[in-house]
Amino acid sequence: MILQTTHTANSYTRTAIGLHWLVAFGLIGAFALGIYMHELPLSPQKLKLYSWHKWAGVSLFLVILVRLAWRLGHPPPAAPAGMPDWQRKAAEATHLLLYLLMVAVPLSGWLMSSAKGFQTVWFGVLPLPDLLEKNEELGNALQSAHKFLNLTMAGLVIAHLGAALKHHVIDRDDVLARMLPFLRKP
Amino acid sequence: MIPALFRAALTGLLLAAPAAHAIEYSQFQAAKSSLSFVSKQMNVPVEGRFRNFRSTLAFDPARPAAARAELEIDLASIDAGSKEANDEVVGKAWFNVKEFPVAKFVATSIKPLGGNRYELAGKMSIKGRSRDLVTPVTVTTEGKSASIDGALVLKRADYGIGDGVWADFSAVANEIQIKFRIVASAAK
Repeated sequence: MILQTTHTANSYTRTAIGLHWLVAFGLIGAFALGIYMHELPLSPQKLKLYSWHKWAGVSLFLVILVRLAWRLGHPPPAAPAGMPDWQRKAAEATHLLLYLLMVAVPLSGWLMSSAKGFQTVWFGVLPLPDLLEKNEELGNALQSAHKFLNLTMAGLVIAHLGAALKHHVIDRDDVLARMLPFLRKP
Repeated sequence: MIPALFRAALTGLLLAAPAAHAIEYSQFQAAKSSLSFVSKQMNVPVEGRFRNFRSTLAFDPARPAAARAELEIDLASIDAGSKEANDEVVGKAWFNVKEFPVAKFVATSIKPLGGNRYELAGKMSIKGRSRDLVTPVTVTTEGKSASIDGALVLKRADYGIGDGVWADFSAVANEIQIKFRIVASAAK
């Protein structure tokens, strides 16, 4: 990870950009795996996929904590001048919700796993403490919560993506290029 | 006539006297007994148990050589940790309970190891396969009841539990940790 401390007010640090894409692709991958695996009939393959999903979730949770810490120390660049106030507020609210969900989604998965009686053992080596006792009803409730939080996050990610494309294609500002420096006009 | 009968009764009582110290535990107490296990799935320990099992036994701690013990387990009464697992393990690849509803253990010898420890040996039969099994047990007596506790590792492949795709131990380990407690009280 490259710690770039000198950046102009109009750009993200390279670390912030790296963390953004790492978390983005990680979450999309874990989300797709979750959608795919949960309806499979029980098989050794299913047990493996569940474990990989949980290992990915724990790993992403740690990256997300680092990202949050970085974000608190490095304010993001300001919105482009002339952006309507409601859009600015909508963008801020979406970002805040996305950060909350980045924490809540893996956390709800961990809790759900504990309540269902399956401990999480990170990479098959490091057992995570079970924060909840085995409890079937609670396990089912947390499963619904995990699903709801994920679908909410997916919806917000689509909105986030749509807004970024709109900034790039319609408004022709540098909002998307700040996160994808190769798009930046020379 | 009467004194003769009395004498005979007295003799019988005297002969039985040494056994009066020893108690034979023979009444299986299902509610106080337990049979649980831990399987490892992707290195994650998952607890399970059998709800229905029964034992016919006659055990006098003072005369272990004369002891008899049998255990029958209704395999369909398994709780393997989740509904999904319960539906799976009764099937053909695992216990195949339609064809083999009961697992049976028959003790062949019980040797004292000193104190309240004994070595229990016998034959375990699951899914049509029998294997010799030897395990130490601890016997705790309390008043008119005795608790026989033990733990052992059973290799599922020895009995063909988890055939086909499940024969790969990387998802579900071969070794299953078993813990049992058989409680029996003395006959009245």
